[in-house]
Amino acid sequence: MTSSQLEVLLQTVISGLLLGGLYALIGIGMTLIMGVMKIINLAHGELMMVGMYIAYVLFSWFHIDPYLSILIAAPALFVLGILLQKFLINPVMKVDAIIPENQVILTVGIGMVLANLATITFSSDYKTTPVDYATKAWYLSDIWKASPIELSLSLPWSVSFCFALMITAALWFFLSRTDMGKSIRATAQDKDAALLMGVNVEKMRVITFGLGSAIVGAAGCLFIPIYYLYPDLGGQFTLIAFVITILGGLGSTVGAIVGGLILGVFESLTSTYAGMGWAPVGRFMIFIAALIFVPGGIISLFKKRKFGK
Amino acid sequence: MKNALPLVIAGLLALLPLLGLGSYWMHILILVIMWSVIGMAWNLLGGYCGQVSFGHAAFFGVGAYTAGILYNKFGMSAWWGLPVSIVVVALFALVIGYICLRLKGPFFALGTLAMGVILRVTAENLTGITEGDLGIMIRERTWIEKTWYFYIILILAALTFFLVKKVIESKLGYYFVAIREDQDAAESLGINTTLYKTIALSLSAVITGLAGAFYTNYMGYIDPKIVFALHDISIVAIMVVMVGGVATFWGPFVGAVIMVFLAEVIRTIPKLGAAHHTFFGILLIVIIIFLPNGITGDIQKLKKLLRMGKAS
Repeated sequence: MTSSQLEVLLQTVISGLLLGGLYALIGIGMTLIMGVMKIINLAHGELMMVGMYIAYVLFSWFHIDPYLSILIAAPALFVLGILLQKFLINPVMKVDAIIPENQVILTVGIGMVLANLATITFSSDYKTTPVDYATKAWYLSDIWKASPIELSLSLPWSVSFCFALMITAALWFFLSRTDMGKSIRATAQDKDAALLMGVNVEKMRVITFGLGSAIVGAAGCLFIPIYYLYPDLGGQFTLIAFVITILGGLGSTVGAIVGGLILGVFESLTSTYAGMGWAPVGRFMIFIAALIFVPGGIISLFKKRKFGK
Repeated sequence: MKNALPLVIAGLLALLPLLGLGSYWMHILILVIMWSVIGMAWNLLGGYCGQVSFGHAAFFGVGAYTAGILYNKFGMSAWWGLPVSIVVVALFALVIGYICLRLKGPFFALGTLAMGVILRVTAENLTGITEGDLGIMIRERTWIEKTWYFYIILILAALTFFLVKKVIESKLGYYFVAIREDQDAAESLGINTTLYKTIALSLSAVITGLAGAFYTNYMGYIDPKIVFALHDISIVAIMVVMVGGVATFWGPFVGAVIMVFLAEVIRTIPKLGAAHHTFFGILLIVIIIFLPNGITGDIQKLKKLLRMGKAS
C-alpha cells in the first residue's frame, strides 16, 4: 500500500468516525425510547427533520447559528415529544386490537403527517444553511508539522462531532447520576418493579419520549451545517437509527454509540470504495449481517466476555 | 346463501364494464381491485399470522420488475411476468423470510421495511439490469381499452379471495392465528412456527408480486421510486387493511375502496393535492385510536359510536 492509498484509507475512516458520532446521537434517542416504552418510534427521523427545519428557520430569519439553535430546537422537540406521547401514543397503548403492532403503525402515521406538513410549509426544495465556516477545513500538518501523511478534516464536521460527544456525556451524567435518570433506567429494566419502588412509570414514559425527541432534535441541528434538508429526509434517518439499535443491541446506550461509530465508518468505506450510490446498501448489509451473526447486537458480545463460563 | 355472496359480488363486478363507464372510472375500478388484491395478501400475513410487514413494496417491486425485465432484456411479452414472477418472488420471499422471520413483532416490521429500501437502492444502482432511475417503459400497450385489464385483475382478485378463504378455513389458517395470538404457546403445542410463518410470507409475497407484474402491464412504466415506494406502496398496503378491517375477508376490499377514493378526492382539491399523505396519516391515527380493527372488524363498535352520536 502506497502512502497515498493509506492517506485515503485513513481519511475515510476518520470521516466515518465523525459521521458515526452523529449517527450514535440519533441512535441513542431511539434506543432510549425503545428501552422504556418497548415500542419502536418510526417517526424518529421525522422528529429530527422537524429539528432541522427549526434550525433552518432560525438561521434564515434571525441569523442564529445552527449550533446555537440547539438551545431552542431541543426544548421545542421535547415539548413536541411529550405532546405526541401524552395524546396519541399513550391512549393507543391501552387500546385492545388484533394486530399488536398498533403503536408502531401509529408512529408511521405521525411521521407521514410531519413530513407532509413540512412539504406543504417549506415546499420540497433542498435547503441549506450557508454558514461561512461550512467549507473550512483544518489539516493535520497545521498541528503536527513533520507528519508523514496529510489529512484534512472539515471544520463543521469536527465541531458537530465534539457537540455530539458533549451531549452524549451530558446524557450519560443525567442517566447515571440523577434521580430522574435512575428512575428512567429502572423503568426500562423492569416496569413493574419500578412501579413497586415508587417510580411514576407513566411520567417516566412521557419524559423519556420527550428526551429522545430532544436528543434527535439536537442531532438535527448538528447535521444541518454539513448536510442539506428536505422534507422526506426523515425516513432515511429512522432506518439509520434502527440499524444502529439492532447493531448495538436493543435498548443499550453503549451499544448505540458503538453501533453508530461502526455504521459511520462502514458507510464511509463503501462510499469511498464502491461509489456513493451504494452507501445505503452497505448500511443494510451491516444490518443483515448483524441479524444473522450477532442477533443480540454488539453489546451481547461484551456481556458474553464478562460473564462467560 | 352466505356462501354465494362472493360469487354474486364477483358476478356483479364482472358486469360493470357493460355499463359503458368512462376510461377514468375504469381506471379507478382497476386500482380499487388491484389494491384489494394487495390488501388481501397483506392481510394473510399481517392480519391472520400477526407478522406486520412494512416492506410489501419489496414484493410488489420484484413482481413489477420481473415483468419489466422480461420485456426489456429478453424481448418477451410483459404478460409472461405474471407466471414468472411467482417463482422469482417466491425465491425473494424465502431469502427475506430467512433473514427477517427471526425477528419478532415490531422488529420484523422494521426488518421488512429495510428490505424494501435495500431492494429500491439496488434497483436504482443496478443500471445494467433495471435501467436504474430511468425506469422501464412498455412501448406497445396490449389494449387501449381498459376492459380486459379490468377482467384480468378481477380474475386475479377472485382467485386470491378464494385462496385466502381456503387457507384461513383450513388447518393452516388456525396455525396462523395461533402464531398471531401467542407464538411461544403455538411453538410449545408443536407448531413449527418458522415453517408456517415462511408459508404465510411466501403466499402473501407471491400474490403481491402478481399484482406488481399486473401493474407493469397496466401502467406501462415502472421505476424504482414508484414500485419500491415506502409510503405509496408499503404503507398504503397496511392502511388498506387497517382501515378496511384486520383479519376479515371483506376488509381489504372496503379499505381499497376508501383509500383509492380518498386519494382521488384529495387530489382534486386545489392546493391541498400535495397534502394527501397528511390526510392518510390522520386517517391512520384516527382509525388506530377509535377503530383499531378497522371498519369491518369493529363494525359493532362503529354502530355503537354512531348510535351514541345520535343520542347525544
